Formats: sequence, structure tokens, C-alpha cells
Amino acid sequence: MSKMNFVHPPEFKESTRHRKIEQLPPPKKAILPLSQHTGAPSEPVVNIGDIVKTGSLIARSKGFISANLHSSISGKVVAIEQSPHPVIGSSNAIVIESDGQDLKAFSETGKKVSSVSKEDIISIVKEAGIVGLGGAAFPTSVKLSPSAGKKIDTLIINGAECEPFLTCDYRLMLEKSKEIMLGVFLIAKALGVKDVLIGIEDNKLDAIEALGSALFRLRIAEQKVSMRKLKTRYPQGGEKQLTKTLLNREVPSGGLPLDIGCVVNNVQTVFSVYEAVYMGKPLYERVVTVSGSFLKNPKNLLVRIGTPIKELLETCGLDVKQDIYKIIMGGPMTGVAQYNLDAPVIKGTSGILVLNRASSEPGQEMDCIRCSRCIDACPAGLMPCMIGVAARRNRFDIASTYNPFDCIECGACGYVCPSNIELVQLIKLAKAKLKKS
Amino acid sequence: MLNKDITVSSAPHIRSGMKTRKIMYIVICSLLPAGMAGVYIFGLSSLKVILISIIACVLSEVIFLMLRNKDPKTVLDGSAILTGLLLAYNLPPEVPFWIPIVGGVVSIMLGKQIFGGLGHNIFNPALVGRAFLQISWPVYMTTWKNPRWALDAVSSATPLAREGSKSFTYMDLFLGNHGGCIGEVCVALLLVGAAILLFTNIISFHIPASFIGTVMFLIWVFGGKGFFRGDFMFHLLAGGLVLGAFFMATDYVTRPLTKKGKIIFGIGCGVLTVVIRLKGSYPEGVSYAILFMNAVVPLIDRYTKTKVYGT
Repeated sequence: MSKMNFVHPPEFKESTRHRKIEQLPPPKKAILPLSQHTGAPSEPVVNIGDIVKTGSLIARSKGFISANLHSSISGKVVAIEQSPHPVIGSSNAIVIESDGQDLKAFSETGKKVSSVSKEDIISIVKEAGIVGLGGAAFPTSVKLSPSAGKKIDTLIINGAECEPFLTCDYRLMLEKSKEIMLGVFLIAKALGVKDVLIGIEDNKLDAIEALGSALFRLRIAEQKVSMRKLKTRYPQGGEKQLTKTLLNREVPSGGLPLDIGCVVNNVQTVFSVYEAVYMGKPLYERVVTVSGSFLKNPKNLLVRIGTPIKELLETCGLDVKQDIYKIIMGGPMTGVAQYNLDAPVIKGTSGILVLNRASSEPGQEMDCIRCSRCIDACPAGLMPCMIGVAARRNRFDIASTYNPFDCIECGACGYVCPSNIELVQLIKLAKAKLKKS
Repeated sequence: MLNKDITVSSAPHIRSGMKTRKIMYIVICSLLPAGMAGVYIFGLSSLKVILISIIACVLSEVIFLMLRNKDPKTVLDGSAILTGLLLAYNLPPEVPFWIPIVGGVVSIMLGKQIFGGLGHNIFNPALVGRAFLQISWPVYMTTWKNPRWALDAVSSATPLAREGSKSFTYMDLFLGNHGGCIGEVCVALLLVGAAILLFTNIISFHIPASFIGTVMFLIWVFGGKGFFRGDFMFHLLAGGLVLGAFFMATDYVTRPLTKKGKIIFGIGCGVLTVVIRLKGSYPEGVSYAILFMNAVVPLIDRYTKTKVYGT
């Protein structure tokens, strides 16, 4: 068993941690990409000109690892075409124009859930198009239905939120603690596990308290739920880092938490499972932290999927005259720099950050001085500099001997590198080249 | 809404503030107290040696960068200044003015630039320069000077060369009240600098601890008349062990990458130092031990890879 390394970037959470979640009004036009999850793109079930309501199914999952897609506004389908995508540049998307009424395709009345079975929960989650909302957007129903050979004994709920700036999960834990707890019980039931561990970093003690008291009020005899305080360090919220920290189990190289009897779910995913089962509500909105170096009003916004990024930035008072250097979707350690502000919020969008030059200019790249900071920072126990130097020289044969496929692309190596070497990018390059050959 | 360019680059989008240049200047600052002690002990002639050595290194770096069609501003990274400083610390206080010039040019050209510049050299550049001078002009390199306040100005040997005569107390050795190289004599202030480097996480304890530990243990066992009677405190305080273990063996470029590798490297340096000191004809062994172990670093790196998560 190896010892895990971590880094301690500044948190930058102060500007939004006290901002209550606000609803952003539905956009006039929603762009809903067909691939916003891990796996095969979904297949449209609507045609141009069709009238849809908020929550109507508009594209169906195709294949085992895929997810349903629902309309996030009510209105008319105006196009199914190549549109801006925040992660892959552009992709096929269903474009819907709002009728301004926001009619719902489901009734929001509470349901009797005591009678739902394990199978019901899994099929509701699948129908609702729920994917992992921590960022990876892996279809949740796949996680909830492990193959027969895999015995799951522990459900881990990920409330670490270790990326700097982001506070959306934190706010949700404070404001929707009861709902999250009910969602936890649903997922535990679907998996048939007794042990649940909820991991939250110790910079969010009030969230631990909020979930703890919700747990106390709702206590269910057959569930053993325990709250775990985690050290604030990056990337504590990585799936593999969580299983090791909480259970001292290492996910085997190339494997999934399923292989060591665990399922890990993000708190926001848990909340959407609650909404799907209790309210029949499919996944069409999520909480996004809008923050950065110099926004006037950083906020936590409940945003419809498909809302263009620029609407979020306008709401938060982005002053275009300022020295805007980068706009990022996600956190600063793993997020994707944007170039087109018409790109929409997708299911995996946890934050939109505006960074100025001083905070995010990478600086000129220099030669590696073998300082070994990246090795001491790598939570996967890799030697990033060796992969990087080999990839720089197109020696992918050498790079392959340093296990590039075990890299989780957390960005810790690039963060600490004193020579400003783009280590994550070089490792990704090595992976891509090696996959091809 | 935005009618200006925004930058697109890959993650991570924030960086720690510890940059190569900052590291170099912190190391330079951490070396200054011991150098000032050297100037105080041996007089202004040693300041002259230090300045000439730094200027020689910086100028030859600039010239060589231009010959290689690289940006001469690269010299501002501070590594040439550091090499010049370390070279001077390894010289006797009253060498002729051209000795640090030749040493600086050799350090930078043969020690560093010929391999491709910062990050690519195999051997510690300052030690390459020192070894070159030691072999070429052994008389100048072993003509020592006593502290300013001593009665006989020129002494024939350093404490290490006169072991057994016991004319030095540990306190003399610790404070630098004896002959020796400019930067190595004041162990007390070298340790202050070492503490700065450890606290700022610029070096880790692995190499200095294993290096010094090995030397002290082996001297204790084999260094005396009969086993387990060696004067290990004397060997710690006299000579260049502290300077070498904290400031030279820890040079990023020429030491192994992993913790395991660093410990093997430190032990190797320690064993070679003791062998040279006890069995060699030359009383000081630290710099040759480090140079020899530098050559073995690629081999150590190959067999001390890290343990990968999930394997």
C-alpha cells in the first residue's frame, strides 16, 4: 500500500460560501448537447418543430453507458445541429426556444416512496437521466447496477468538494440536508448496502453538522450511516483518494471503485436522485458556483442545463472592461478554459470561474530541473516529470514505462511545477498516443 | 458580450508561487551567512574570490547561451550565480585571482552548458570546476590561510589533514576558527542556511541525513585506533561535510528523484567520503564522493521508481 500525496492550493471559497443558492431564470434559448455524459451520445426522440415541456424527454440513452436527456425549458425545438460545447468544442445538440411559460411535464406533488423497490429506484434514476454531478458525469444508473459478480458493501457519499473556488455542493448540503439524507437512503436501498460513509472536508464543519442533524432526525434502523471529517487537501474528493482515505482500499489499476466493493456518489447527484424519486423530476437543472478573481456578485446559482455561460456571468456582474484572462468551466485545477461564451451549462458543470492574468497566467515554460515536487505531489504515486520529459521528446515508449494510464488528471503536478511545465497536458498526450498505437 | 481575447490553455489554471528563479534565490540567500562568516574569518581577499567566481560564472553563462542561440536572459534564473557562489565556497581564501575565473568558466561550460544547460547536466557544475582546479593546480588549491587573528598567517593544512594533533576544540570547528575553504569553515551558519532550506521545503532531509549519518557511523566504527573509537564529531565539523551534504549533494538536477533514491544516494556519498578520507591520500573526500555518486544517479533512478496507486 502506498502513501498518498496531496497538495494545498489556496481555497478561494470565502467569496461564495455564504451565498445562498439563487434560481437563475430559465433561458430564452437552451442548447442541450447530446453528449454531456461519459459514454455514447443520446439519440434525439423529438423533431424540429415539436412542442416540449420542462422535463420532457428529448433524447434517449443509446447503449449501456449513456444517459437520457430532458428539456430544461418549455417551448419549441428549433434545431438539432452542431452547437458550441464547453468541453469538446462543438457537438450535436437539441436547441429549444422558450415559450416563456415554463410548463412542467411532471407533477411536483410528493409521492409515497416507502413502497418503491430496489429495481424501481434504479429505473427511475435511469429514466431521469441522472449522471455523476461532481464533474465526470458517469451515468448513475450504471453505478447502481453492478454486475452479479461484484459484491458492494459500502456506499460512499462525496461531499469533499476539494477544488478551490467551488461551494455549490457545500451550499446544497447546508440548504437541502434532509433531502440529501433521503437520497442517501434511496441509493443505499438500490445497492442493498448497510454501511454508508459521508466524507466532507474539515473546512465545511457546518455542512457536517447539518447533514448529521438531518441524519439524526431521519434515522432509519437498517442503515448504518457515519459522517467522516476529512482533511482539507487536494484532491481529497477524487474517487480513488476517497476509498483509500475512508476505507484504506485501493482501486486496482485500470479498475473502478466497484472492484473493491464501493460505490461513490457526489452529494449533488444524491440530491437529484431524491428529486427524481420523490418528485418525479428529471435532471434538468443543477447548482453552479459562479466566482473568480473579480466578479462583482459571485453567486451559487440553480441553473437550467443548456443556459449559455454568458447569462450566468451577466447575472453575477461581469465587467467586460476588466482584465479578463481566462473563463473556466469547472474548478481551477481540472476545469476547461472556454473560448465561446455561448457554450451552455451541461450536467457536469460545477462552476464558472473568471480569472485575471495575475492569478492564472501560466508563465514561461522552462526545462525540468528535476526538483521532484511533482512526484511528491502526485496522489496516484506517479513520476509526472518523467512522463512529461519523455512525451516532450516524442519518446512515448519511455513514457509508457511510467504508468501514464494511472494518472487521474487532477492537476496537482502542474500546480506545483516551478518550471511551468504543462505536465497534465503532456501526460494526456502520452495517453492519447499510446492508445492509438 | 466579450469583444476581446481570452486565453485558452489546459488545466490546472492556478499555480503555486514557488518558481525556479525563486528557489535559486532562496538557496543563494541561505548560503550568504556562511559566506559572510568566511569573509569575516579570512578577510577581504575571500570576498574578492567570491565576487570573481560569481562574475566569471555569470559571464560564461551569458556567452555560452548566446553561442547556443538561446535567450541570454535565461541567466537571470539565478543558477549561474549559485554555481559561482558554491565554487568560491570550495576554494581556499587566498588563491590567485585567475583561479576562480578558470574554475567558473569550467563549471559553466564543461559542467553545465555542454550538456544542454540548466536541468541537463550530469555532474554538479561547481564540483566539476573544483575538481578541475584541484587536479590542475594542487598547490594553490591546498595553500590554506589561518583566521585573521591567528599568529601564523599561513598554515600548511586544514584540521582534517592534521587529525590526531588535536589542536582544535569542537567549538573552534563549529564556529569556523580554523583554516579551510571560504564557505565550509563556519558550520554554525551553514546550519542556519540549511534550516532555511528545510523549512521552505526546498530540500528534504533524506540526502543530508543519510549522507551525514553514514559518515558519522562509519567514522565511529572504522575511524579510530581499533573499532568503535572514531572521532565522528571531528569528521562532522571539520572539512566540507556540512556544506556538501546540505547544499551540494541536494542539487536537484544531479540527485535522484524519489525518496528511496535520495537515501541510497546519501548513503553512497557517505561511504565514498569515508573511504577517501581514511584510505585516500587526500584528506577531504566530500566533493569527489558527490561527483562519483552524480554519475550513478540515472541508474539509481531506474531502480527506485515510486509505488503507483492501485498496483
